[in-house]
Amino acid sequence: MSTYNFDYLDELEAEAIHILREVAGQFEKPALLFSGGKDSITLVRLAEKAFRPGKFPFPLVHIDTGHNFQETVDYRDKMVARIGEKLIVGSVQESIDEGKVVEQTGRNASRNALQTVTLLDTIAKYEFDACIGGARRDEEKARAKERIFSVRDEFGSWDPKRQRPELWNIYNGKIHKGENVRVFPISNWTELDVWNYIRREKIELPSIYFSHQRDCITRNGQLMAASPFLNMDNEDVIVRKQVRFRTVGDMSCTAAVESEATLIDDIISEISDSKISERGARMDDKVSEAAMEDRKKGGYF
Amino acid sequence: MNILKFFTAGSVDDGKSTLIGRLLYDTDSILADQLEALQSSNRKNDDGTIDLAILTDGLRAEREQGITIDVAYKYFQTEKRKFIIADTPGHIQYTRNMVTGASTANLAIILVDARNGVVEQTIRHSYLVSLLGIKHVVVCINKMDMVDYSDSVYTTIIDKYKVLAQQLKLKDVTYIPVSALKGDNIVLPSINMDWYNGESLLHFLEKVDTDNLDKSQLARMPVQWVIRPQTDELHDYRGYAGRVLSGTFKLNDKIVVLPSGASSTIEKIEFFDQTLDSAHSGRSVTIHLKDNVDISRGDTIVNATAQPQDSKLIEADLCWMDGRALDTSIMYLIQHNSKISKCKISEILHKVDINTLEKHAADEFKLNDIGRVIIKTAETLAFDLYDDNRANGSAILIDSRTNLTVGALMFRAAVE
Repeated sequence: MSTYNFDYLDELEAEAIHILREVAGQFEKPALLFSGGKDSITLVRLAEKAFRPGKFPFPLVHIDTGHNFQETVDYRDKMVARIGEKLIVGSVQESIDEGKVVEQTGRNASRNALQTVTLLDTIAKYEFDACIGGARRDEEKARAKERIFSVRDEFGSWDPKRQRPELWNIYNGKIHKGENVRVFPISNWTELDVWNYIRREKIELPSIYFSHQRDCITRNGQLMAASPFLNMDNEDVIVRKQVRFRTVGDMSCTAAVESEATLIDDIISEISDSKISERGARMDDKVSEAAMEDRKKGGYF
Repeated sequence: MNILKFFTAGSVDDGKSTLIGRLLYDTDSILADQLEALQSSNRKNDDGTIDLAILTDGLRAEREQGITIDVAYKYFQTEKRKFIIADTPGHIQYTRNMVTGASTANLAIILVDARNGVVEQTIRHSYLVSLLGIKHVVVCINKMDMVDYSDSVYTTIIDKYKVLAQQLKLKDVTYIPVSALKGDNIVLPSINMDWYNGESLLHFLEKVDTDNLDKSQLARMPVQWVIRPQTDELHDYRGYAGRVLSGTFKLNDKIVVLPSGASSTIEKIEFFDQTLDSAHSGRSVTIHLKDNVDISRGDTIVNATAQPQDSKLIEADLCWMDGRALDTSIMYLIQHNSKISKCKISEILHKVDINTLEKHAADEFKLNDIGRVIIKTAETLAFDLYDDNRANGSAILIDSRTNLTVGALMFRAAVE
């Protein structure tokens, strides 16, 4: 029926570019939250498509837990140098040093929860009125409920019962001072869509997404990278495994999967066959049925 | 492969969430860890089988109450197509959330409980579908297992619905008898209804013509952002970035910029590192013009031969979405694509009783009220009528005191 090629990836891409340009047009001080994961890397490519040959109308903001995979930080710095855009780093370590948050203790200690405070402080410090993020509705059922322009109050809280109606492709970005909007241009993408897009666009990724040898320990049934950031004791046995990571977060809460996938094609067929969701490898979602909803209400991305 | 966006409508216990859960389950779209969570949940059906509705009720309050409050978006794909489902609430107090889900859909599934037939909610939901101009409608007569898979029950219901469809001018309506709970005719053809010769719901959804391409001649592109690098080598670069709402722009097309009325010719169409001969509906592109005209965000580039309406008085259908009633004495903001203007509701023409479809005079608009108004805008909008061009015939109202989106507008006529 079509006389030209405009497939589902083109459609998702065009929608995301439209959303990014709405952010540029409607807000004074937007930012693009960059984690070094595949979703925010995809956002950077979409921003290039939305604004080149001009500059991005926003900086990239990385909330650094201090417990990141070194490969991700290296990738970040290389990418920022390539695209020539501004990077702002918000540091969880600084928040700890300033006494704003307290490091968790115990076997399952993680800095994942602490980064919400650093994020909100960074937003306040730079007075960001919109933060673009790579969250997708297919990730989790609370996220499935979220608008593309998601208004947060001055405490960063999401109130699912008071969401604005969002109609057609018209996005209302009006807010009061102190509030901000979390914007999700790839809301309608699935994990597989992101991978297919990365393949089509030949986008480079941090090496931890591909199969490699790594020292791991088993924690609560999940394979975790052995690192100084994990509180280990005598019960933990380090084993060398062939693994890759399906999502990229803090080292203390992101689990590896055993995999031989060294190419994007391998990863795509692995995900297509997988019976475990992406979020199945995130310890932070396993706390309760409403774990994500509760964190989002508290200001988490 | 393309995308079909659809939404489900039905009243509270008609089984919308179960139907979506069944579609996902029977297309093998539910992953093991999600399935495990389902199985370990305390919510079970009466016969002890897993309750598929839990898959879509993502909020704590929804699970507590067992109802859908807000729209949830779900995704699945088959070999033939990708699907985006807006699971919308059926409760009358959440009409605004249903309108939210429906506004981006090109197909509606209306559920009818086989035991109850066409009820008030069916009329209400069908009216909303008609109001929002949803092209395709599938009426699923659900819970056929509860009426012994009786063909006469099915026939009686669809005969009644056909009268309603005619009244509402719904054009493309398909009827399918199903049981979402048992899985009859959802993905697999039912073995319990040999009298039904049609397709299963999924097969229908896989082949219905989505017609994403807007074949209209109404070429429209609201300017979202002006790209001006102002570097040494790109000193004179000036590109107008936006998404083509409808129609097609081609190289050398004569265009007009609204509201100024300045005319020019398309010199170049860019998409990142590509140069295109044409830009079709749906594409986000950057357009360059031959002449140096003054264009900024909020302006619309249109084809010179088929221009939109220009009036500051517009007759529109309004769906009111806020707890605070409409106040005709204050100014609101109207957002039409990338343009925001002050406006007032200058007259309420009528309100519609959405359960009976009767129109009556009214002087107030409260939450979930729908009716027709005349809106007066401070600035000229380059709009089309909703029936001609959904994308350029719709707008939202914003209350500048609260910044909330308080109304959905569908333009019906320019008032002379």
